[in-house]
Amino acid sequence: MRIEGRNKKDEQKGAPRTMPIQSATFSNPVNAEIRRAAATGIYDIRGGGAKRKVPHFDDLLFLGASISRYPLEGYREKCETSVTLGTRFAKNPIQLDIPVTIAGMSFGALSGGAKEALGRGATMAGTSTTTGDGGMTEEERGHSDKLVYQYLPSRYGMNPDDLRRADAIEIVVGQGAKPGGGGMLLGQKISDRVAEMRNLPKGIDQRSACRHPDWTGPDDLEIKILELREITNWEKPIYIKVGGARPYFDTTLAVKAGADVVVLDGMQGGTAATQDVFIEHVGQPILACIREAVRALQDLDMHREVQLVVSGGIRTGADVAKAMALGADAVAIGTAALIALGDNDPKWEAEYNALGTTAGAYDDWHEGQDPAGITTQDPDLMARFDPIEGGRRLNNYLKVMTLEAQTIARACGKNHLHNLEPEDLCALTLEAAAMAKIPLAGTDWYPGKPGTSY
Amino acid sequence: MQTFDLEAQGLRALNSTLHAQAADTNQTHWEIVNPKGSHAIAVGLDAPIEISIKGSTGYYCAGMHKQATVHVHGSVGPGTAENMMSGTVVVEGDASQYAGATGHGGTLVIKGNASSRCGISMKGIDIIVHGNIGHMSAFMAQSGNLVVCGDAGEALGDSLYEARIFVRGSVKSLGADCIEKEMRPEHISILEDLLERGGCDAKASEFKRYGSARQLYNFNIDNAY
Repeated sequence: MRIEGRNKKDEQKGAPRTMPIQSATFSNPVNAEIRRAAATGIYDIRGGGAKRKVPHFDDLLFLGASISRYPLEGYREKCETSVTLGTRFAKNPIQLDIPVTIAGMSFGALSGGAKEALGRGATMAGTSTTTGDGGMTEEERGHSDKLVYQYLPSRYGMNPDDLRRADAIEIVVGQGAKPGGGGMLLGQKISDRVAEMRNLPKGIDQRSACRHPDWTGPDDLEIKILELREITNWEKPIYIKVGGARPYFDTTLAVKAGADVVVLDGMQGGTAATQDVFIEHVGQPILACIREAVRALQDLDMHREVQLVVSGGIRTGADVAKAMALGADAVAIGTAALIALGDNDPKWEAEYNALGTTAGAYDDWHEGQDPAGITTQDPDLMARFDPIEGGRRLNNYLKVMTLEAQTIARACGKNHLHNLEPEDLCALTLEAAAMAKIPLAGTDWYPGKPGTSY
Repeated sequence: MQTFDLEAQGLRALNSTLHAQAADTNQTHWEIVNPKGSHAIAVGLDAPIEISIKGSTGYYCAGMHKQATVHVHGSVGPGTAENMMSGTVVVEGDASQYAGATGHGGTLVIKGNASSRCGISMKGIDIIVHGNIGHMSAFMAQSGNLVVCGDAGEALGDSLYEARIFVRGSVKSLGADCIEKEMRPEHISILEDLLERGGCDAKASEFKRYGSARQLYNFNIDNAY
């Protein structure tokens, strides 16, 4: 559209014009963010995990059975799904019917009703839920048969009574959305009840510490674990949760420090509120982390003795099966569970539009205006959410994921989900092949495969 | 008086024995000998008993403490009385890093000096230090009181919330958003009570009070629009 610069002769002859071309570097979303930053002077804060496209489980396929290995009968032959977490040191390991757990999400980030629904759904499905940054609520303890109590840097609401009534303890070192970052809960969601639980002034923009206040490094962590075990008489499994940063070393050090379970969260894993720049630019996709964590466990002769739970972008039974084939013992879901409860449902489209967004893209969870009544502390919005119906939906979803994973496992001839193995997989892209150490489809090769360098 | 030889009987036996003491136990006095710097001594207590530790302790002595009184006749390692809920912990010697970290309640008395990060993220505990405290003490302290009869190190009260800090001696530097505040009559009476509980003969009038300027409570957004 360069009218001014156009040659008059071209104009007269009606020569074709240059198409307006948007810059791939300075794209419209990038420019909009520059304008927003210029107007407000503060970085963008949002919920959720990485939205950028990264190599993921979609880039892997199962091979299925054929002549060389035979499948199990789909509906008749047994395919077990149970998993036991905490077999290494804990007197009371956690027995789960399905290998899909509910990840840590705080009361504060979520409404009390949403926490209750997670407990109800998980309990019906025979799995565990997890507290979050803000302590344990009666809603979740009362409705969760198995509850994992997070031990976080902020220690909001941390107390020995809740520690003793937990079924497991998860020491949170980091999370996939922000390895190296602390929690954040903005003023709109610091209601009276949230403020009281966290011992904070109401309405402040709360930024939690990113590092534990009373230990630094793996040697201290080992002593911290000793203390927690002594307080709880060595009954409870102790998990260590790390973000997908350096999975080989983090897993190695977690095991050396005495973990029963390592929880590994990739960059697609959500958060209630964090800087967008942190979510999108720090950490690794979960696909790149699993094999390295498993390698660490194998090098220590601890694979299956210390269980590995992976999270960050788990959506379907196929994702569950792929994570387990790569060596995980179980998975955790957060974002997917919220969607099952009704988060980002198109039925609220008009209200999402009024908030300047659309169903599926809504991520301003920190603002507390969630039309679905899940990521809010507003009594009117919370009243829209029915915890019993939410629990039913979550249970259904967990059931479907489990059935899907079983379907795949049987097709691969496996009578337990744990028997899925890397040899059941191929990769669709070079990137996925390299990250998951799975041969590219149609070849027996992946980048970095020992003995194949040029 | 029950005597427990930690070296002979071991940590697991010690803590499980102490955990087994009910609210109405008759065995209210315990003496722990040969602590020899062991970690996690007398953690998770929840009964009205009195423990006397004859020697120095390692990390997290009296961690997550409730109700009981623990008296350490020696010095203590990092994280002593961390996340304490109630009761009393008295240290005759010095304390290493993070004494009273994240404590929700109760009284921690340190008769010697405390190292760095004393009272970090404290949430209601009262800490009385007879000597000096190290750098970054009361970092992100939320509530409760930190009394220092000696001097404070660098970055005192950084990113402080509503905790009160009283220092008699010098403060090397204040952390972000921590300021000196007026000592009003109500603060004098709070401090007098704390000094009495801490067994200090210092005069409340000799102290200065520090608290949050509350400038970091909300993000600084240019609301031009």
